[in-house]
Amino acid sequence: MTMAHTPTTLELKPKDFASDQEVRWCPGCGDYAILAGIQRALAKQGIPPWKIATIAGIGCSSRFPYYMATYGFHTIHGRAPALATGVKIARPDMQVWIVTGDGDALSIGGNHFIHLARRNIDAKLLLFNNRIYGLTKGQYSPTSEFGKKTKTSPQGSVDNPFNPLSVALGVEASFVARCIDVDAKNSAEVYTAAAAHVGTAVIEILQNCVIFNDGAWDSLTAKESRADMTILLEDGKPMVFGANRDKGIRLNGLTPEVVKLGENGITEADLWVHQTHDPDPTRAFLLSRLESPAFPVPIGVLRSVHRPVYNEMLELQVTEVKKAKKPDLQKLLDGPKNWSVA
Amino acid sequence: MATSTRPTEVLESVVIRFAGDSGDGIQLTGNQFTAASALAGNDTATFPDYPAEIRAPAGTLAGVSGFQLHFSSRDILTPGDRADVLVVMNPAALKSNLKWLKPHGMLIVNTDSFQAKNLKMAGYATHPLEDGSLATLQVVQIDLGRLTGEALVGMGLSAKEVERCKNYFALGLVFWLYERDTQVVEDEIKKKFGTRPLLFDANLKVFRAGWNFGETTELFRTRYTVPAAAIPPGLYRNISGNESLSLGLVAAAQVAGLPLFCGSYPITPATEILQTLANLKEFDVRTFQAEDEIAAVVATIGASYANHLAVTTTSGPGIALKSEAMGLAVMTELPLVVIDVQRGGPSTGLPTKTEQADLLQVLYGRNGESPLPVLAARSAADAFETAYEACRIALKYMTPVVLLSDGSIANGAEPWRVPRVADLAPIPIDLLDDVAKLQNGEFLPYDRDPKTGARPWVKIGTQGLEHRLGGLEKWERTGHIAYDAENHQRMTLARQAKVDAVVQDIPPTEVYGERDAKVGVLSWGSTYGSCRTAIDQLRAQGHKVAHVHLRWLNPLPADLGKVLHRFKRVLVPEINNGQLLPLVRAKYLVDAKGFNRIATQPLSVAEVAEAISSWL
Repeated sequence: MTMAHTPTTLELKPKDFASDQEVRWCPGCGDYAILAGIQRALAKQGIPPWKIATIAGIGCSSRFPYYMATYGFHTIHGRAPALATGVKIARPDMQVWIVTGDGDALSIGGNHFIHLARRNIDAKLLLFNNRIYGLTKGQYSPTSEFGKKTKTSPQGSVDNPFNPLSVALGVEASFVARCIDVDAKNSAEVYTAAAAHVGTAVIEILQNCVIFNDGAWDSLTAKESRADMTILLEDGKPMVFGANRDKGIRLNGLTPEVVKLGENGITEADLWVHQTHDPDPTRAFLLSRLESPAFPVPIGVLRSVHRPVYNEMLELQVTEVKKAKKPDLQKLLDGPKNWSVA
Repeated sequence: MATSTRPTEVLESVVIRFAGDSGDGIQLTGNQFTAASALAGNDTATFPDYPAEIRAPAGTLAGVSGFQLHFSSRDILTPGDRADVLVVMNPAALKSNLKWLKPHGMLIVNTDSFQAKNLKMAGYATHPLEDGSLATLQVVQIDLGRLTGEALVGMGLSAKEVERCKNYFALGLVFWLYERDTQVVEDEIKKKFGTRPLLFDANLKVFRAGWNFGETTELFRTRYTVPAAAIPPGLYRNISGNESLSLGLVAAAQVAGLPLFCGSYPITPATEILQTLANLKEFDVRTFQAEDEIAAVVATIGASYANHLAVTTTSGPGIALKSEAMGLAVMTELPLVVIDVQRGGPSTGLPTKTEQADLLQVLYGRNGESPLPVLAARSAADAFETAYEACRIALKYMTPVVLLSDGSIANGAEPWRVPRVADLAPIPIDLLDDVAKLQNGEFLPYDRDPKTGARPWVKIGTQGLEHRLGGLEKWERTGHIAYDAENHQRMTLARQAKVDAVVQDIPPTEVYGERDAKVGVLSWGSTYGSCRTAIDQLRAQGHKVAHVHLRWLNPLPADLGKVLHRFKRVLVPEINNGQLLPLVRAKYLVDAKGFNRIATQPLSVAEVAEAISSWL
């Protein structure tokens, strides 16, 4: 019952997905790289721009639809997943992309975020996480670190942050991934995998806000530290990382631990082997809990499973009922019990 | 069933009210009596009056559920001010409903529940059946518990099961009293208990025992009959307001040739619309029970963008939550129907009680200048056409439209002359679904139809018509983001002009009575029946009075100012603290006065008539 999108024979280029509108993010904003990456991934995917809807909430990230030559909707704060749900139910043939940020998706729109993933609506959600409110000029967000000093937390934030991917896995999102704005190669792979997924795809993009939270992800992106501070997830492969590829993650029961290959006789065979398609979300959840500096931050696809898709099941019900019952409007209006007055 | 030997008295109209515990089956009893009366050709109007609690503790005042039915051999418009007959199942029901019984009315009391414990729970210091307080009434005391038990002796039912059959005894008795066709109830019992033979037998037995009791007891000297009403020919059915709205939506979608999308969150008293539509998928209907009121309206806007006839249903608290999104629909100029089945407020207020206090909320309860058309249903039967019209206007003008109903319309039922599908107004849809349809090959998402001000509705997925909508201000015609000052002025006026243009779809105001009446009554929504009946009564007494009832609240009919100025005085009765009143005073500079009752019940004919009379 999966409704695959029919690739066209059109040769599509990234610029076919760029609208004629001037892009107005701050110079140096991580959003530029994401926009370019998505346009490249869509061109590669082969679905034409008119069969795609890009739907956003409010915030810097949410200007995204204006820069895409697809159908698009810049909605209201936090509500993009709800609008996307309506579009996908009404037009299952449209591929739906949601663009949102840490404030939009996790604070004001937290409810819609979890219910989108819970229902498994067939839509891809790009969550730009820069751990700050950018468009309102620098207040802490639901992902800002505890104690962070911002304009609304001058003594340091006492607001406990949460982890977007742990939240997504908690509601059993069928596709959960993470990438970094400036990491074009790995981001491309994540975007492509998300595009091919049927169901809700949650992609956390670690994005840098040059104005209000510059350097938030520096340790994960700096040349000298990134190999030790991140781990690239590969399906079916043991979890090895480090500049010298000499470190790994081992599971001790359900407790992950960083180990050194070669020490105490540890080999790759002892390491946790990543299983992207594991139907049980437990290990994916453990992965989502790995945070720096104690652990390298996982990059790539944490989870990709098939789960019944809300819009497909609803459409199936409509089809089945239509098959079983003939619509007769007059009969409906006349009702089961009536009487004639002469 | 056997025929009766009793004499029969013919009556023009009867108002009967049933009251008991929430678990006593009062609503079911009322509905079956209504169905039988409608089938007998009476005109009927009902008013279910029930608590918000599903099952408040038995015997308490909080748990009392009531159902009032007015059936008549003439055209009636209200469930009746006061009852001729009140049937009470326990002391709490008597206590809270006695005020609805006429001074010399008939009170049928189930005595088995009038024990010390129940009397105390109802707050009676002395026994009302013994202390003389009911002396002016015609009291009929019946021990329903004992009689029901006797009818079921030897069937092996539990005490609880016997208790649950009691309402059928009462129903059987009133069926005998008013000569209703018992087949209606027997069919219903069969439908309900057909698969459970023991309960089927038991309920049927009790119902017949109730009927036979009427025949054998000496408590009633006569039976009564209300002949069929002279109503226009046609096919009729009984319909509640929520059902009627649902059918109006489906009919509009079918005639327009569009799929119907309803995104809603369950809320009293609107929930039945979502439930009804969920069961009509064969008509290309998709329902989405959202996570909250906001998601409900926003998903609906998404479906509208994706070319479905898009509807969201709610009550006042839900409108408050949907306000921002309704502004988004104003800004993006998408067709959207928002149904507000009003209830008592503010806040959670009185969920199961009726009120008309959301008018100003739907007109003005949004940020910025965000005009949208508003119309209101006046009765359950009228709700169909109102819903149909709301859809037609939303689609024609590319605008969100608010339809106001209320609790009394939603749950009240009346006979409805079912329209023929061929007679429904056409709803032409002109989707922009091909670049070849563009003039000069130029695509302008905010280009406007010169007559309606509507922008094109683009079929999404069409090559060459990709466009972006959003809540930011738009450049005129292109729809691009615009912060320009003069453009904002022009766009604000253009959105207003579009809503104003709806006036061309509003027929001239119908004045019922003299155009130069001494008192003209101006009403909207569910007060229609009370106002019209009051006017009828006063006109029959020779008074020069008139009635104007509005379906459209925004825009108001073009000729309304002229109409109002010809009345010597204008009275605006509303179940709120004055909401239409300040609008007409401001707009037409007419010195109208309000008659306002905010007491959870429909306005009574008597109080409206009295208010008018004070000026005659």
